[in-house]
Amino acid sequence: MYVAVKGGERAIDNAHAWLAEVRRGDRDVPELTVAQIREQMTLAVNRVMAEGSLYDPDLAALAIKQARGDLIEAIFLVRAYRTTLPRLGSSAPVETGAMAVTRRISATFKDLPGGQILGPTFDYTHRLIDFALAAEGADAAEPAMPAVDKVEEVPHVMEFLNKDGLIQSELQEGAQVPDLTREPMELPASRPLRLQALARSDEGFLLSLAYSTQRGYGRTHAFVGELRIGTVAVEMEVPELGFPVEIGEIELTECETVNQFTGSKTEPAQFTRGYGLVLGQSERKAISMSLVDRALRWRELGEDFSGAPAQDEEFVLMHADNIQATGFLEHIKLPHYVDFQAELELIRKLRRETEPSDLAAEEQP
Amino acid sequence: MNARIFYENSETSQEFRCAERPLLAVRGLTKRYGERIGCAEVSFNLWPGEVLGIVGESGSGKSTLLSCLAGHLAPDEGEVVFATAEGPRDTVTMSEAERRRLARTDWAFVHQNPRDGLRMGVSAGGNVGERLMAVGARNYGAIRGRALDWLERVEIAADRIDDRPRAFSGGMQQRLQIARNLVTGPRLVFMDEPTGGLDVSVQARLLDLLRGLVREMGLSVIIVTHDLAVVRLLADRLMVMKGGRVVEQGLTDQVLDDPRHAYTQLLVSSVLQV
Amino acid sequence: MSDYNFAYLDEQTKRMIRRAILKGVAIPGYQVPFASREMPMPYGWGTGGVQVTAACLTPDDVLKVIDQGADDTTNAVSIRRFFQKTAGVEVTEATAEATIIQTRHRIPETPLTEGQILVYQVPIPEPLRFLEPRETETRRMHELEEYGLMHVKLYEDIARHGTIATSYDYPVRVEGRYVMDPSPIPKFDNPKLSGNPALQLFGAGREQRIYALPPYTQVVSLDFEDHPFVASKAEHDCDLCGASDSYLDEVITDDQGNRMFVCSDTDYCRTRRAAGLVGRLGGEAA
Ligand SMILES: Nc1ncnc2c1ncn2[C@@H]1O[C@H](COP(=O)(O)OP(=O)(O)OP(=O)(O)O)[C@@H](O)[C@H]1O
Ligand SMILES: [Mg+2]
Repeated sequence: MYVAVKGGERAIDNAHAWLAEVRRGDRDVPELTVAQIREQMTLAVNRVMAEGSLYDPDLAALAIKQARGDLIEAIFLVRAYRTTLPRLGSSAPVETGAMAVTRRISATFKDLPGGQILGPTFDYTHRLIDFALAAEGADAAEPAMPAVDKVEEVPHVMEFLNKDGLIQSELQEGAQVPDLTREPMELPASRPLRLQALARSDEGFLLSLAYSTQRGYGRTHAFVGELRIGTVAVEMEVPELGFPVEIGEIELTECETVNQFTGSKTEPAQFTRGYGLVLGQSERKAISMSLVDRALRWRELGEDFSGAPAQDEEFVLMHADNIQATGFLEHIKLPHYVDFQAELELIRKLRRETEPSDLAAEEQP
Repeated sequence: MNARIFYENSETSQEFRCAERPLLAVRGLTKRYGERIGCAEVSFNLWPGEVLGIVGESGSGKSTLLSCLAGHLAPDEGEVVFATAEGPRDTVTMSEAERRRLARTDWAFVHQNPRDGLRMGVSAGGNVGERLMAVGARNYGAIRGRALDWLERVEIAADRIDDRPRAFSGGMQQRLQIARNLVTGPRLVFMDEPTGGLDVSVQARLLDLLRGLVREMGLSVIIVTHDLAVVRLLADRLMVMKGGRVVEQGLTDQVLDDPRHAYTQLLVSSVLQV
Repeated sequence: MSDYNFAYLDEQTKRMIRRAILKGVAIPGYQVPFASREMPMPYGWGTGGVQVTAACLTPDDVLKVIDQGADDTTNAVSIRRFFQKTAGVEVTEATAEATIIQTRHRIPETPLTEGQILVYQVPIPEPLRFLEPRETETRRMHELEEYGLMHVKLYEDIARHGTIATSYDYPVRVEGRYVMDPSPIPKFDNPKLSGNPALQLFGAGREQRIYALPPYTQVVSLDFEDHPFVASKAEHDCDLCGASDSYLDEVITDDQGNRMFVCSDTDYCRTRRAAGLVGRLGGEAA
């Protein structure tokens, strides 16, 4: 006869043990090291750092290992860890104009000061599975790394346009930038807050939104003015010293788009901008971010709201975070039997009240 | 106070002669869209129980003016003083909260497109009942009774009460919108082309209905239209707009029978010729 | 986990949450925005409740955690363990012994007393959300007390089904002012919200909201005069303890369609059976 289910504790312990076992996989295959993940799965590591909002390649690699390669799970681990870290201060804004670039392209100018630098890109690879990579240990013959001239400071493409007044100047919005992780999101959001949210939001979600703007849902006629990837110095003001001190370097991807113009009879026409900045090498995300940023600026630029999802700040910001999304989505697998029971009683009552004779017949086949 | 003296000579003045103050006093109302003028320097008084028609060609600023009066658009200049229960208040400068309170109690707005004024996902009864519930009605039977009563008044069959507006014809939707707006007996009703977009025969029926309701309830109405037949039937007084400005105003019959302004003459003659 | 602060959150964060709680207590039913932290459990799994509990816990507290009324459901176990590890507080399954009770979807059957705190996990704190998806708009509706739409929904229910077809997550009005979402408790529990001697706190992590019902707050379930709110449950007694006044789970016992009804509040049921009360099948099951 019925005995109320007990054993939640044991079930959880067993599930954890099983998880550890499948994480390891076949024990005849050597265990992955965190260093291997960090060095050879760099783009996965980059995504986890970007969406986890924490620049720490070792930690991201460890999270990927622990999460069995599930990147959203890994991002979750990093986020949960990040929350517990003390805030010692904030850095000075990084100077992306002084970036040591590994890649820098512009789609708007054929040639430009600093040149086009392709860098390590998949762009012109033919997407053919390279079975040679399956032969392990074959990387003894190191591919010759092309000699690259040490690139000096590469100026921002947008500055060339800005000099002529052809593109809108970015507003200096004042000193205090809000911190999304310390204050509740307030809508309507300022642009800095929006950009902050986009920078840590889900790559797939941003990609689809950006794509939708290209297909006409909030079109902004974007050109990639400049895409650059490289390292920048992070500096912090130390009050005792009175001058900024470099505390390290991080890799960033920055994208600036040139978009359709504003202007009227009184104000001369100007191109407008979209901006994307992402931790690590993550250009799909940086480009997506700048398109979505630009689409969200419709009000400020006096454009119409066409009802496109990418223009809808509340829709975008409230649904872009994959940790929030995945948690809430997956919570529906938690027990809901109290609520279900309430629904069951209600539906029985409603059925009793409508056509009782028919239902009685139906229930006794 | 020229306007008042004017009224006291007119036939329709009985109800509002006693009123001390205008229900709505508009002064110097201006709205620009960048360089373009939406409406400019509009001033008038609306007295309780009066129906004011606003006519003019397409683009003359009728909808802009109405939106500014109803608080849907913020004017650049001017004031719109409404006689609230607590005394006259400028609705332009009052808080959004107060304006919205007015919008769901003292005011009603009938949109040209019933889809803008109805909840398309809510039954006809729910649509009519919403304003009642918003002001505190809490008896389902009574709300439903009022809804049935109003459906009958706007000639919608009682057995359609649980249907959604989607299942209604354009004319029915518009009548439903009118019922939804009038159910709480608002003190001021704004209408933007309530008969626009409807078939001619449907228009005539709707007009009849509106005229009946206005007379019966003694409504104060500001109605925008480009159809002179509508104003002749409904409006006590008429305002003619062109290029965002009021070019002529007066008693409807006087303006239509003896138009002073060249533009009004053109408007009247063009209609008569049709 | 020894590296973490007492009850996981750092003191500054707790202070921030306590401020939000105090504001919530001062304005019963009003949703206070707070900077919800990322917790080591997923959003939607009680992160709001966990943060509120963490901010309220002291080392002397006795904690009880339930999900669906039961102490032994997996998520309740997981959250209880979390606080055992991070705060080392004493835990209990006995409602009367607990000083803080964190719950998902139920209010315990045993009446709460002064000094107790009941913390609810809330998935969607906004009672108007499914009538109006925009936060900017719903906040304004609260500000202006524009609650007509809420009754339109109830009206539509009755027009379509003959009765208010909301069986859980049933909206309430607090002290005649704010309309509040009581979290997805069955409407059977709604009357316990009102005039409760305990402090009731509601935490929504993902949506970054905290709200509260101070002790003895008046809470009214929305209804119509002629279709009054009814707190309903299965028309049975508990098959184990015989209780006729407790909310019941329906359990399918075989593939012949046989079923039994048992208290969803496991502590309540166990206490009654310990006192010798027996239901229809209680003898067999024991
Ligand atoms: N949102 C807007 N932005 C810019 N200009 C506008 C806007 N709305 C209206 N206008 C302009 O303002 C003027 C008045 O327009 P309005 O819609 O008030 O005219 P109307 O008299 O209602 O016309 P119709 O009879 O066609 O409805 C027109 O020149 C119109 O183009
Ligand atoms: Mg118009």
